[in-house]
Amino acid sequence: MSKRISDEEYSKTRAFHFFRWLSGSKDPYVGAVEMRPQQEATVPQETLLERMREAEMVRDKVYDEEQNKPARIFRRVYVAVAILFCIVLVGVLLVTVSYLPPTGEADKPVNNTVSARYIESGLQETGALNIVSGMILTYRAFDTFGETNVLFIATCCVMIMLMVDDAVLKKQSELNDRRFEPKNDTILQGAAFVLCPAIFIFGIYIILNGHLSPGGGFSGGSIMGAGLILYVAAFGFKKTQRFFDEHIYKIAKITALCMYGLIGTYFYMTGANGIDNHIPLGTAGHILSSGIILPINICVGLEVACTMYAFYALFRRGGL
Amino acid sequence: MDFVCNFPCISILLCLFAGIISSGLRSHAAMWVNTALLAVNTALSVFTLTYTLENGPFVYVMGRFPAPWGNEIRAGVLEALMALFFCIIMLLSLFGGRHKLLQEVSENKIGLYYVLTDLLLSSLLALIYTNDLFTAYVFVEINTISACGLIMIRQNGRTIEAAVRYMIMSLLGSGMLLLGLCMLYDLTGHLLMSNIRESVALLAADGQYQIPLIVAIVLMSVGLCIKSALFPFHAWLPDAYGYSTVSSAAILSSLVSKGYIFLLIKIIYRVIGFDIYHDTRIIDILFLFGLMGMIFGSLSAIRENDIRRMIAYSSVAQIGYIYMGFGMGTEAGMTASVFHMLSHAATKSLLFIAAIGLTDVSGGSRKFIELTGSGYRHKWAGVTFTVGSLSMVGVPLFSGFISKLLFAQAAVQNHAKMLPALIVLGISTILNAIYFMKTVIRIYTPVEDSPYEGVTFRQTSMYSVVLAAFIVLNVILGVSSQPVVDMIRRGLAEFM
Repeated sequence: MSKRISDEEYSKTRAFHFFRWLSGSKDPYVGAVEMRPQQEATVPQETLLERMREAEMVRDKVYDEEQNKPARIFRRVYVAVAILFCIVLVGVLLVTVSYLPPTGEADKPVNNTVSARYIESGLQETGALNIVSGMILTYRAFDTFGETNVLFIATCCVMIMLMVDDAVLKKQSELNDRRFEPKNDTILQGAAFVLCPAIFIFGIYIILNGHLSPGGGFSGGSIMGAGLILYVAAFGFKKTQRFFDEHIYKIAKITALCMYGLIGTYFYMTGANGIDNHIPLGTAGHILSSGIILPINICVGLEVACTMYAFYALFRRGGL
Repeated sequence: MDFVCNFPCISILLCLFAGIISSGLRSHAAMWVNTALLAVNTALSVFTLTYTLENGPFVYVMGRFPAPWGNEIRAGVLEALMALFFCIIMLLSLFGGRHKLLQEVSENKIGLYYVLTDLLLSSLLALIYTNDLFTAYVFVEINTISACGLIMIRQNGRTIEAAVRYMIMSLLGSGMLLLGLCMLYDLTGHLLMSNIRESVALLAADGQYQIPLIVAIVLMSVGLCIKSALFPFHAWLPDAYGYSTVSSAAILSSLVSKGYIFLLIKIIYRVIGFDIYHDTRIIDILFLFGLMGMIFGSLSAIRENDIRRMIAYSSVAQIGYIYMGFGMGTEAGMTASVFHMLSHAATKSLLFIAAIGLTDVSGGSRKFIELTGSGYRHKWAGVTFTVGSLSMVGVPLFSGFISKLLFAQAAVQNHAKMLPALIVLGISTILNAIYFMKTVIRIYTPVEDSPYEGVTFRQTSMYSVVLAAFIVLNVILGVSSQPVVDMIRRGLAEFM
């Protein structure tokens, strides 16, 4: 095959340049572009430390189980062991129940002098027709004071968790009131208008009759708390705050608990030191009778009502 | 009856009153109420201790009705000693972490923090003094809720997670305690400790209701083990101690878990009876888990890169020591455990409080790389941390040495368990030395041109005084340990 053009001419064509570049015999950049030897990449030590710290912080903040293989395995083992533990515990408890003293037998260990005295002489010693009230508020008044403090500290913890600043509360007050309920719901307001007084009176009745009939501070207080919650749900926080705001809540709570504490202290101290405590037991069956039970029931009722309402208000808008 | 006999009751009621009233006060006033309360309670405990040393234990009827019907509390040498220690350590922990509390907790919640600590103290004192299982349960509830509050009052994601985890584990423990208590009531018909012990002795002699009795004992023991973070149940612990504000961490690690352990001691001695408890062989399981805790807690601490979490994991190992002492099943082992409760309470709160000084001069970071050389930047905290580490490792002069010595002596007396106990004690001591000495070397490694500034004594005078008080307490426990050990022996003998 003969050449149509000479080598000299061919070296000027584009095809010659293209094939020369393709075969790699000449680099077109050499000589045409300014080139320097490549520099070693250097990252300053501080930047490295900074990056390490950031990576660590990210790992701390993000609970990324994909990256964290041990955590993933741990979680699986954890779930398996938890299920196993529950099954074993349930099994053991079920088996144990069949070995316990049978219910309803007269010579059960539980039917001993302790319960006999509560039943036989509870009325004379406490003056309460309701033996349970007499037991928890006179015989074992200290335990019940502890139990009331459990409610108190539970409210404190919920406050720590959910309470927001006053400024935020004011800003969002309208939104908080109406986020979930329609404004001025006529049906709800009508029902609350009828029900709330009845609920309050029923609660007060249960508290005041705690020593005469079933009930007492805990149950009556929770009924009153429910009444307060119904009132707030129907009429909003603004109207409730006319008679029950944070200030009054604090006063009521502290007064109730302190009164209980003072009565209790007087009762424990005089009893332990063998001093007559001059608390009249009154006539059994009268409303003003049974010594310390009635005032303690009022205190407990107040505290429970405050606690119920505080839980609702804190969960709903983060403040009273 | 002498007037001093009223003091245990007064100190519990004072705590409750202080908590109730503090909830209506401003945060500053609540703080002073709390300080005054702790000071008064310390004084009352001293009086109770001296009275019981002279006149022996006494029982105090709460109200007009005597014991099986009404409530009752009991005070002996051991109870008064524990109450005294708890008050002192709580006072020091709160003072030491005060500046951190102001930084980490939002201002309108600091008052609530002191409400929680007041009620926590009341529950601890009630757990110590109670003579009635149901009273104990009521105050266990208060203790659990207030401990959750103490963890989550510093609000960031990790503390909330830690508090939830703590709450779940702790409620599981409470639930098991309650189940065991109900069963025991069903078997004996009593809630008062001394009456239950009589009935249980009769049941054991008759051989009646053996299975429910053992299940009840197991449930109560396991429940309290979960609450005091014995080895396999310790998953909640590092986060709860590592991320909460420092006073909370110190109080939780040194007091709250000890309160439950003390309740377990009371159950072992005064509810079930030491011999019957020993015969159920549960003691061997406690021994085994105690040994495992000593090793695995230390291994986790070695792997940790965060000083607070390292100290937290070290707690797991130390709780393991206490349960190992229970597991010996001898008087000597129990004495060693009770002494270790005191020694660990004093040392662990010291370490937490000292660590916060070191992290403060390292830009708030708790990673070891940042802590390098911090012992020079905050001299008092460095010295105190070193003292705490030496005590934990078990160097003479400090309290940790005495407890290790007592454990070793107890192990030698018990032939069956001597070998494993001594071997694990040795391994655990070496592991302790590895991670604590690593930290001490780290904080005393000089760094050139550190980016962080040091502090002078004048800037942190209050904090430094607290650290000095901690060192003094530790050295007193280490140097003149004999009176304390004698009191513990006597208290335990009174329990029998």
